[in-house]
Amino acid sequence: MLEINNLHVEVENKEILSGIDLKIKAGEMHAIMGLNGSGKSTLSNAITGRENYNVTKGDITFKDESILEMEPNERALAGIFMSFQYPTVIPGVNNTYFLRAAVNAKKKYRGEKEYDAATFLKFVKSKLKEVEMDAKYLKRAVNEGFSGGEKKRNEMLQLLCLEPELAIMDETDSGLDIDALKIISRGINKYKNNSRSFLVITHYQRLLKYIEPDVVHVLIDGKIVKSGGKELALELEEKGYSWLES
Amino acid sequence: MDNNKNSVIDQRVKEEYKYGFITEIESDTLAPGISEETIHFISKKKKEPSWLLEWRLKAYRKWLKMKEPDWQNVNYDKIDYQDISYYSAPKKKELKSLDELDPELLKTYNKLGIPLDEQKMMNGIAVDAVFDSVSVATTFREELKSHGVIFCSFSEAAIDYPEIVKKYLGSVIPYTDNYFACLNSAVFTDGSFVFIPKGVKCPMELSTYFRINEAKTGQFERTLIIAEENSSVSYLEGCTAPMRDENQLHAAVVELVALDNATIKYSTVQNWFPGNPKTGAGGIYNFVTKRGLCAGQNSRISWTQVETGSAVTWKYPSCILKGDDSVGEFYSVALTNNLQQADTGTKMIHIGKNTKSTIISKGISAGKGQQTYRGEVKIMKSADNARNFSQCDSILIGDRCGAHTFPYIDVRNQSATMEHEASTSKIGEDQLFYCNQRGIDTEDAVSMIVNGFCKEVFNELPMEFAMEATKLMEVSLEGSVG
Ligand SMILES: Nc1ncnc2c1ncn2[C@@H]1O[C@H](COP(=O)(O)OP(=O)(O)OP(=O)(O)O)[C@@H](O)[C@H]1O
Ligand SMILES: [Mg+2]
Repeated sequence: MLEINNLHVEVENKEILSGIDLKIKAGEMHAIMGLNGSGKSTLSNAITGRENYNVTKGDITFKDESILEMEPNERALAGIFMSFQYPTVIPGVNNTYFLRAAVNAKKKYRGEKEYDAATFLKFVKSKLKEVEMDAKYLKRAVNEGFSGGEKKRNEMLQLLCLEPELAIMDETDSGLDIDALKIISRGINKYKNNSRSFLVITHYQRLLKYIEPDVVHVLIDGKIVKSGGKELALELEEKGYSWLES
Repeated sequence: MDNNKNSVIDQRVKEEYKYGFITEIESDTLAPGISEETIHFISKKKKEPSWLLEWRLKAYRKWLKMKEPDWQNVNYDKIDYQDISYYSAPKKKELKSLDELDPELLKTYNKLGIPLDEQKMMNGIAVDAVFDSVSVATTFREELKSHGVIFCSFSEAAIDYPEIVKKYLGSVIPYTDNYFACLNSAVFTDGSFVFIPKGVKCPMELSTYFRINEAKTGQFERTLIIAEENSSVSYLEGCTAPMRDENQLHAAVVELVALDNATIKYSTVQNWFPGNPKTGAGGIYNFVTKRGLCAGQNSRISWTQVETGSAVTWKYPSCILKGDDSVGEFYSVALTNNLQQADTGTKMIHIGKNTKSTIISKGISAGKGQQTYRGEVKIMKSADNARNFSQCDSILIGDRCGAHTFPYIDVRNQSATMEHEASTSKIGEDQLFYCNQRGIDTEDAVSMIVNGFCKEVFNELPMEFAMEATKLMEVSLEGSVG
């Protein structure tokens, strides 16, 4: 589904990623762990095509096609979703309105009939239940005044509505209380199937108690230095990262 | 990727100004030029009482001695006042009912989305339609009259209600006030007149649609709204003009008077032709003087404006808070795209005790647009416990536009409470990316973010017009990033 080959990424003329190789097959869940500043979010931003994250070498393919020339919204429409580490506030823009615009953009892309306001409300309310979110959040402006955990739940809600094939979860678990963590994990597990893949970025082994990654990667200084099974996360928890640094 | 994004947006520049058509209609148009004769001609055309003619002439003589102001932060070619026609009216017969209105005019207003035919009139909204120099139709007059509300063209009011007009004309904005108000006082042609008697809550929205059609004409309308004790009214004006290569002058004067416990809510959706987006040729010079007097205790005047059109805008809807406990409000969204310029803001003059004013200004600059917020809050010695809250936010789209803020504060009574907040920001890359990442393209994202930014002001508009304003922003933002 996603294939990254020898990816080099520069931000403001500084190389942050130095040769990433990563292959995620349909239905797989991969986790990336690594110290602050090692380049995890940079990798997510490069995959989703954010401005100023310049690919200087290598390639990213999604469903066997290079996406490097695609605009960020085209990548999103093609099926790549990112749950933001720091979700953005958009003052004055109603959360439901925003979500409907996003879902309808996708429907239009697929040549399907777009939702009107009433049917969309029904649709989104069914999804709200899955993340145990109160309907009052729909009436507020996008992420405005949301607590850290509420923002993350809102990201999860967007994921469920947009039905991406590849979901990148950039520290969606950070800052969640135990109940919220369980809800999000349940959401991920329920959503995952043979044709949907996840790339989960996390600092905590506790998340991996609830979800089952097929592969765990360790990112240090812009390189994947080790990949392994779930037990690698436990090892990191115990020993830290220093034993892996060269 | 940066360039790519800009070119996508640049394509939208090609979208045309939707209201740029010209109505083919026979008109009585006065040859260009201004003199005492011009004024005699206008006054005679309108069958005005002689005191009004005298008032006009006094204004004209004063105007000749005044100098065009140049302190405002805008640039435009010098106006040749002898090259403007001061009167143009579609030839018409006496109308018995609106159904006799010239079909070309009906078509024009239909195209503008303002049906004037009896059957199709908008529910609950009375419309006065001003075409060049004259009012061509006013709807729902009879129904309003049954409530005691007078809503008619200014010309008719001068004949039918001379006492009221004489009492209030120039009482808020004397003809000596400023260069353009003085010119208007001399040559004004039409506009709306509203009178709400004691104790009446006006049963519907009142609105005026101003349309400039003839080439080389100026529009000098004059509006006067009086709300007597314990009355209230909500009034809206809309403005459009054809696309023409030369600039046209629109110098209006609006006076509002609110007596004890009266409320006037005045909203504007201004969408004059902004000029050619690439060359800047043509477009309206919108030099307008608007002022409201909260004469009575506990009175309230609220200005809401959405300014998206015009080549150059220069206006400061203001409130004089004379009555104790009176309230003045100013909610503004101004957008300058391409080569548009705007210098706009408000003045709040606190005279009475416990007077309160609120200023919310949202400026959006895009393309090479230049925008200035200029606001003055003055607390006079007599104004014990006055309060003002001001919030001026600007958003910049692209890096070739500019936003400037000039707040003036003059406090002469120490019991005043003043709060001022201001911000200028570029349209957030993070917000755009967030929208893009959810599949929303950049144009849609920009208009969504900008509309969100303006929400507080749009919320102040009457429902029907809030929708219109949202759409208008979308159209006006086209081609905005580059
Ligand atoms: N937009 C940017 N401008 C400047 N530097 C950046 C930018 N984005 C990332 N960097 C730099 O790239 C490096 C990697 O940052 P990144 O956000 O990818 O780290 P991370 O692994 O996600 O860290 P964390 O665990 O703290 O989220 C850091 O040194 C960071 O300062
Ligand atoms: Mg990060």
